[in-house]
Amino acid sequence: MPKITINNNEIEFEEGMTVLQACELAGVEIPRFCYHERLSIAGNCRMCLVQLEKSAKPIASCAMPATEGMNVKTNTSFVDKARKGVMEFLLANHPLDCPVCDQGGECDLQDQSLFYGVHNTRYTEKKRQVKEKHMGPLIKTQMTRCIHCTRCIRFATEVAGIPELGAIGRGEDTQITTYLEKSMESELSANVIDLCPVGALTSKPYAFEARPWDLKKTESIDVMDAVGSNIRIDTYGWEVKRILPRVNEDINEEWISDKTRYACDGLAKQRLDTPYIRTNGKLEKASWKEALNLLVKKIKLYKPDEVAGLVGELADLEMIYSFKTFFENCIGSNNFECRQDKIYINPNERKNYIFNSSINGIEESDFILLIGTNPRLEATILNARIRKAYSKNKIKIYSIGDPGDLTYPYENIGNDTTTIKEIIAGNHEIYKKIIKSKKPMFIIGESALHELGGKYIFESLKKFLHEKNFINKDWNALNILTQQASRVGALDLGCYSINEKENFSFFNKLNDEKFKFIYLLGSDNFKFEKKNKFIVYQGSHGDKGAEIADIILPGASYTEKNGLFINLEGKMQKAYKASYPPGDSREDWVIFKDLSKLMNKPFGFNDSKQLRELIKKDLLKKTHKTINENFNIDFVDTNILIKKIDYYHTNPICRASKVMNECKQISKNFLFSGIEKAS
Amino acid sequence: MLKDEDRIFKNLYNDYGWDIDSAVKRNDWFETKNIISKGRNWIIDEIKKSELRGRGGAGFPTGLKFSFAPKEVGSRPHYLVINADESEPGTCKDRDIIRFEPQKLIEGCLISSYAVNAHTCYIYIRGEYYREGERLQKSITEAYKKNFLGKNACGSGWDLDIYIHYGAGAYICGEETALLESLEGKKGLPRLKPPFPALVGLYGCPTIVNNVETISVIPTILRRGAKWFSSLGKPKNTGTKIFCISGNVNNPCNVEEEMGIPLKDLIEKHAGGVIGGWKNLQAVIPGGSSMPLLPKSICETITMDFDSLIKEKSGLGTAGIVVINKDQDIIKCMARIARFYKHESCGQCTPCREGSGWMWRMLKRMEEGEATYKEIDLLHDVTKQIEGHTICAFGEGSAWPVQGLLRHFRKEIEKRCHEEPLVKKKNEIPYLIDQHLLEKDNA
Repeated sequence: MPKITINNNEIEFEEGMTVLQACELAGVEIPRFCYHERLSIAGNCRMCLVQLEKSAKPIASCAMPATEGMNVKTNTSFVDKARKGVMEFLLANHPLDCPVCDQGGECDLQDQSLFYGVHNTRYTEKKRQVKEKHMGPLIKTQMTRCIHCTRCIRFATEVAGIPELGAIGRGEDTQITTYLEKSMESELSANVIDLCPVGALTSKPYAFEARPWDLKKTESIDVMDAVGSNIRIDTYGWEVKRILPRVNEDINEEWISDKTRYACDGLAKQRLDTPYIRTNGKLEKASWKEALNLLVKKIKLYKPDEVAGLVGELADLEMIYSFKTFFENCIGSNNFECRQDKIYINPNERKNYIFNSSINGIEESDFILLIGTNPRLEATILNARIRKAYSKNKIKIYSIGDPGDLTYPYENIGNDTTTIKEIIAGNHEIYKKIIKSKKPMFIIGESALHELGGKYIFESLKKFLHEKNFINKDWNALNILTQQASRVGALDLGCYSINEKENFSFFNKLNDEKFKFIYLLGSDNFKFEKKNKFIVYQGSHGDKGAEIADIILPGASYTEKNGLFINLEGKMQKAYKASYPPGDSREDWVIFKDLSKLMNKPFGFNDSKQLRELIKKDLLKKTHKTINENFNIDFVDTNILIKKIDYYHTNPICRASKVMNECKQISKNFLFSGIEKAS
Repeated sequence: MLKDEDRIFKNLYNDYGWDIDSAVKRNDWFETKNIISKGRNWIIDEIKKSELRGRGGAGFPTGLKFSFAPKEVGSRPHYLVINADESEPGTCKDRDIIRFEPQKLIEGCLISSYAVNAHTCYIYIRGEYYREGERLQKSITEAYKKNFLGKNACGSGWDLDIYIHYGAGAYICGEETALLESLEGKKGLPRLKPPFPALVGLYGCPTIVNNVETISVIPTILRRGAKWFSSLGKPKNTGTKIFCISGNVNNPCNVEEEMGIPLKDLIEKHAGGVIGGWKNLQAVIPGGSSMPLLPKSICETITMDFDSLIKEKSGLGTAGIVVINKDQDIIKCMARIARFYKHESCGQCTPCREGSGWMWRMLKRMEEGEATYKEIDLLHDVTKQIEGHTICAFGEGSAWPVQGLLRHFRKEIEKRCHEEPLVKKKNEIPYLIDQHLLEKDNA
């Protein structure tokens, strides 16, 4: 390990590091604006200048590779003058906007000018002004404040993959813009707000809402998709003001998708805050006592076989476990299901329904085959990782099914199951590439697991991978890309009704009108009609489920409870409570506990700690084989059509959110009325 | 004074014709095959012995630069790039070389490409030189016809292809890494160095970038011998140079002279003297606008070579001599030069982008007499803050002229400044952006 001397301390560093990274190892702080660990090196802010023993000029530490025997000084007056000089230049044309700028309190320029800058300004000329640019409903631009660090341009080109931002003009007149004055297309576009060190790019929905020191910060997990990005919820009082990403190298690095970031304003709208009972076709407010009593009365009217339950997208493990216990112990029925449409699942082993290679593993892979999935819309952060693997290693990516523009080049090798048959038989041209690769990845999406071809596709691919030894103790190439945050957790807890003969027994019974009483646990994407069933809806938002429900029980959303979520890789993460549910709403497992008391079969746990212990035990116990694995896998000739996802409207929170509606309008080029265009 | 037989560029004034046949009569392309057959190492050694220094402004020893190219060609091909982007104000020598002596350049390309192992050569010529580029293309076509270029050029066994690429009016594209970026089709923003172009250059391949004049004198040096070349001029500043004398002289011209010639001789003998006589001289900018000016007292005895000028805190640069006599307002001249640098700054790094505009505005106020005494020291501070802190040498190029002005003409500026007023009146000076669009006569 080569050595370098920084401020008379000798430290060891790894080969290939820059001087700035070596200084960080030594614990020396170097101010910078344009350098970011996850982006390429630009070296144009000149704030990171340090003194190198042999050169008369200071060097940019973010760009200079560290070599053996360098003698670097960062605390001399030479370096101090250089930093003060650069800071003076940065502030020369920077407007005096701190009181009205959203970035105040968390602004890199403020912090660094305090420690490394000058105290008085000597610039007495007029400052330049730049017209504001339109970048869409999510990003507010005040380009006068821009210091041209080019972080946003590098992010849009490298990480997001859509080179929408660029600099036009030369010298002082340089402006960063999308030039076409349209909103940014990428689903990761709002991450430039975090990257921008000054207040040039800020969050439009959060404009002028609060100062960062007033906000209470809670660490939690996101549920908009199954990735489980780590987020930080900022609340002012009990209102969620904004959501920011947390660093988690394994899952989302430092990015979150636009949906994760901005759906939070839907948490205040369309909320169910009291129980409702439908009398004579109209929903009327009721008290908890009335609603629960009515519920229990109705349940006792039906046989256990006629009672069913459906788990929605945003359910956490406590909710699902208490729901399942309620159904099994109090009602005596096991007609519960976590899938909302017919998707083939083989619940025998855990690795049949999770993303086995892990998101980190994408970077080690050398071959990716996407089968019936559009990762850009289904799991945006995962797509960013695939793009990162592509830019670093130039891996070959193929797709069965046509997902459109994925921000990296891929080859579409077919659109139906005959392609899979050829690959397994060894006739297809990419067969050789699969055999040669050391760590291939097969990513199967929900569109490929639909009722017609799902069993064939999944079972035959799994068998193929087993035969070629791509499922071993170091690497598992079989990956399922789930789209809902609750799916893996529900499958782990056994919340499905799959038996030996039928994978879709629940749906068949539903179609045959066998169920007379359905309990919807936050499920709004169901596909059945009410007819004369008795429906109970327990959830946080008034959406499709509440529309057809006879009893509505208000629950808590993901920011208002301590929940456990399992992401698509099978990792369990804890979400913490950031605010309280509105009105009379309660946490969901509390509702089930009360119900169990009313049915005279009280639950064994009294508080959430005991509940978590029971959940842990449940997860650790051996699952018994539901499906007999000895079967012939018959070929089913069907298309693999990737279902179109309405990206901004996938769950009830998004549908209630004004910002998501604006994004949807723009993405579908709906015509604006005069009012929207003026804002 | 240079003797006629030592002159390298015999057709600088187009007395003998620029086409290839006239060039061959003047001994261009004479036994190029033999030079190449003497081998790479001999060529580079000869150039090192001749102590030829780059003629593009920096004065870096050319032999040393050629030896930076990797000896063996690896997985990436080598390139030779000729910098014909002559945007330095005051310089017009490459124009005459391209117009009237193109075959010297082309022969130099062949020999230098052989020396650095390159099979492709790009000539980046500034977009304003459209007619000159056309003539260069004609000359290249003539050379191809005579088999001096292309496969087995000159029968030497080396393949060479030369392509011309036009610039689009940016001074910054004369900087070698910005030139490579522009050649690749991107915005002409200079790259960080290290890595140097000799290892990572055009498209990531090892590239050698040289000025037109440097390459054009190489064939003659190799033919007549390094000893002859190093006998001209002074030690470590050897050979001849084309000086472009312009400004307030009676006969502005390009003249090829020995290095180390006294400035007074150059101006009096070749350019017809200063308008109004030598006593009317105020200052001389010796090497294109990037170099600090020299006042009359130094011009009496200074000799034109790299080292003497560096001792006087100036530089030879491209040898574009601009003569300023006492009829001119020196501060107005410097303000105009500062405006040029503010306009041409690429905007990538902070000190140059913000500092060049700041310096221009301060100089403009000094010219109009609206500056205070404190601002003179502030201006000096600003130049010190830009110098050395930038990605490329443009920062120094914009800061040095101002430093030169402050060093030698401080009294002039002080005469026009005034004390800080006790009652500050409102600054009615309009925000100066692209002044040339407002001033119709300067457009």
